[in-house]
Amino acid sequence: MSGMMSGARSTAPIVRLTGIAKRFGDCHAVRDASLEVAAGEIHALVGENGAGKSTLMRILAGISPPDAGTIEVGGRDVTGWTTAQAIDASVGMVHQHFMLVPTLTIAENVILGREPMRGLAIDFARAEREVTAAAEKSGFRMNVRQLVRELSVGEQQRVEILKTLVRGARILILDEPTAVLSPPEVEELWRVLRALRDEGGTIILITHKLDEVAEISDTITVVREGRTVARFPTAGTSPASIARAMVGRDVVLAGDATIARRDERVVALAPALDVRHLVVSGEQRQRAVNDVSFTIQPREILGIAGVEGNGQSALIEAIAGLRSVESGEIFLDAADVTSMPVSDREERGLAHIPEDRHRRGLVLDYSIADNLILGRQRSYQRRGGMLDRTRILADARAAIAVADIRPSDPMMPARALSGGNQQKVVIARALARETRVLLAAQPTRGVDVGAIELIHARLRAARDSGAAILLVSAELSEILALSDRVAVMYGGRIVAIVPRSVASEEMLGPLMTGASA
Amino acid sequence: MSLALAFLAQTLRIAVPYLFAAAGGVLAERAGIISLTLEGFMLGGAFSAMLGSYWSGSPWIGALCGIAGGVALALLHAVSTIRFKADQVVSGIAINLLAVGLTRYFLKLVFDSSSNSLRVAGFSAGTSTGSLIGGLLHNPLIPFGLLIIPVVAWLLYRTPFGLRVRAVGEHPEAATTVGVSVKRVRYVAVALSGALAALGGAYLALDQHQFTDGMSAGRGFIALAAIIFGRWDPVRAGIACLFFAAAETLQIQLQGMQAIPSQFVQMIPYVLTIVALVGLVGRAMPPAALGRE
Repeated sequence: MSGMMSGARSTAPIVRLTGIAKRFGDCHAVRDASLEVAAGEIHALVGENGAGKSTLMRILAGISPPDAGTIEVGGRDVTGWTTAQAIDASVGMVHQHFMLVPTLTIAENVILGREPMRGLAIDFARAEREVTAAAEKSGFRMNVRQLVRELSVGEQQRVEILKTLVRGARILILDEPTAVLSPPEVEELWRVLRALRDEGGTIILITHKLDEVAEISDTITVVREGRTVARFPTAGTSPASIARAMVGRDVVLAGDATIARRDERVVALAPALDVRHLVVSGEQRQRAVNDVSFTIQPREILGIAGVEGNGQSALIEAIAGLRSVESGEIFLDAADVTSMPVSDREERGLAHIPEDRHRRGLVLDYSIADNLILGRQRSYQRRGGMLDRTRILADARAAIAVADIRPSDPMMPARALSGGNQQKVVIARALARETRVLLAAQPTRGVDVGAIELIHARLRAARDSGAAILLVSAELSEILALSDRVAVMYGGRIVAIVPRSVASEEMLGPLMTGASA
Repeated sequence: MSLALAFLAQTLRIAVPYLFAAAGGVLAERAGIISLTLEGFMLGGAFSAMLGSYWSGSPWIGALCGIAGGVALALLHAVSTIRFKADQVVSGIAINLLAVGLTRYFLKLVFDSSSNSLRVAGFSAGTSTGSLIGGLLHNPLIPFGLLIIPVVAWLLYRTPFGLRVRAVGEHPEAATTVGVSVKRVRYVAVALSGALAALGGAYLALDQHQFTDGMSAGRGFIALAAIIFGRWDPVRAGIACLFFAAAETLQIQLQGMQAIPSQFVQMIPYVLTIVALVGLVGRAMPPAALGRE
C-alpha cells in the first residue's frame, strides 16, 4: 500500500504487462499485448468488442493465467498469480457482468471470501459496521442489509466498486462500467473515479466509447485483434485518431456525421404501427408496460431511450408477438394484430431484431445459411417436403455479400462468427423480405465500431425504403443518431415523446431517471 | 393425552432419518449439487453402519462406519460431477443404483442372504414406546436428528463456510472472483450431505438391529421433497420432514380403521412437492447454479 499511496504521478509504471498472449482453443484472444500504467492515473483501454481488452485485464486480475508474457505490479513480477494474491496486492476488478450474488445482502457480498470472525461464526455486526463505513467514505448511501437482487443496476455497480475498495484496492480495473448506466449515474461514477485517482488510486477503464475516453482518462492504450497497437496521452488526441487506431482504418463516427435531419417533415400517412393503451405484465405480476400508446409512420424511426429494465423489452416482445398482452391494442397497417401469432404478424411485414441474439436471434450451432432461413423455411420446401439446399445456399451467398458478413462461407456455424457478424446475420434475415415495421432492439449491442457503421446504414436504408422502425437502445448516442422522434420510457410508461430536433442528452438524461418532464 | 404423546413420539422417530437426510441435502443443493443421491447415501449408510456394528459389537462404531460409507459414496459422486463434470442427475441415479447393487452384493457375501443381515448391536430395543422422553433418549441418534436442523441452519447462515456455500450455489463465478474455491466448497458440502444422509440410514439399521435389502425405501426422495417443499431452507425443510412424518404416523395409526388407503398417505410428500414446484405455496426458487458447472 505504501508506495502507491502517494498522490504524485511518478513515472515508474505501477502496472507493466509485457508480451502477454492467451488463447482459448483455436482462438487467440490476446496475441502480443503490452501495457504500462502509471500510478495515480486513469488509463483507458479501448478497442472494439472482441479485441481482447477484457481477457487482458482478467489476466492482470489473476482470474486466468497468461500463456506467455510477464505481469509486473509495483515493480514485482507476479506473472500467473491467483485472484486471491491479486486482491492481496490491492488489484481489484469490477466486471462487466456483475460478480454479485443476488440472493445475498450487500454486506454478505462485500465480505464474501474474507469474512470477519467471532468464534466460529461470522461477526455480522462488525461486517455491517465496516461495510457501511466504507460506503459512506466513498459517498455511497446504502442499506447494507438489503438483498442485492433488489438493487438497481447502478446501485449494484456501486456494491461492486465497494467490494474492491473494502479489499484495499489501489489499482481498480473497470470493464465497460457505463454500459448499463443512465447519464446521471455515469456522472456519479466519474465523480467516484476522479476522487479515487486524486487520493492516489490507479484506475484502468475498459471501454469502447470514445466520448468517455475523452472525458475521464489521462492516458489511452488501444487494443486491436489481441495486440496493443497505440498509446496516447488523452490531451491533444482526437476521437478520430483513436477510432482509426481501434479499427485500423478511417470510420464515420455516429453522432458527428449524419444526424437524422428529417423530423420537421410533415407526414400525413396512415401509421404503419399503432400501439394503443398497451399493458403487458412482467415477471412478478406488476406491469412491465403500463398504458403505452404511440404511432410510427412509414419512413420514420422512433427511438426509445431509457435505462434498461424499464419495460422496453416487454414492449418489443409484446409487439413481436412473443409475450401476451394484458390489455390494449396493436395495429399493423390498420389491421389489429394484438392476438395474432408471430408468423401471421411476420406475413404482414413485421420484422424483429431481438435484443439477445444468442437466445432469440440465432441458433448458434446452425450454419449462417440455416440461420438466414429460420422462420421462413417453408418457402424453401421442394415437393416431397425436402429443403431446397441449392436455393438456400444461393440466397445465403447473396445475403452474405449484401450484408458484408465475414467469413463469407454460408456453411460456417453462427457460433464461429464475431458478435458483429452474428448481428449482421440477424439483421439480414429480418430485412430479407419486404418490411413494413421493423422492431430493432439493441441492434448494435456488443458489436464493433465498423459493424455499427454498417448496421446503422442498413437501418437508415430500410427507413428510406418505407419501413417504420421502432428502435430500442441503451446507447443514447445511437438513439440520437438514428431517430426521427425520441420517446423516453421509465417505469413501464412513455414519459415523453419529442422530435429529434429538440432532443439532447441533457434533456433526455433526467427523464430517463424518472425526473418528471 | 397418552395417545397424543404416543403420536408425537412416533412422529419424531419416523422423522429422524428424514431430518438427517434433508439437513445434508440442503447443504449440497445450496452449493449447487443436486441431491438425488440422498437415497443411495442412506442405503449405503444403513448397510455400513450395520456392518460396523456387526464386526465391532458397538452401535457407536457402527454409526461412524455408516458415516464413512456415506462419505465414500458422496466423494464418488463429487469426483464424477465436480472433477469430471458429469451430469449431476445421471451421476446421482448411478450412485443410487450402485448403492443398491453394492449392499445386495455384500449382504450375500457376508451373510449369505438376499433379504437381511443377522441381528447386530443397535441403539434401542425397538419395542415399547415407554415414556416420551425416555423413549426418545433411548436412541441417541434421535436427539442428534432433532438438533441437526438448527445446527445446519447455523452453519449455513452464520459461518463463512455457509456464506460460501450460498454464494457458490447461486453465482459460482462471483465466488471465484473473490478468491473462494468453488470446487473445495462443493466437495465439502457434498461430503457433509453424504455423512448426514448416511446417519439417517444408520439410524434405520441400528434402530432395527439389522439391515434389510432396500431398507431406505424411498426415504431419501422424501427428504429431497421436503427440501424443495421447504424452499431450500433448512428450518422449513425440517418442518416439512416433521409434517411428512406426522402424515405417515397418522396412516399407521389409522391402519386398523382403513379410513384412508395407505397409498394416498404415501403420496402426500410427492403431491406437496409438485404443489411447491408450481408455486402454490410461494415461489420455489432453487439455487440459481443448481445442477450446473
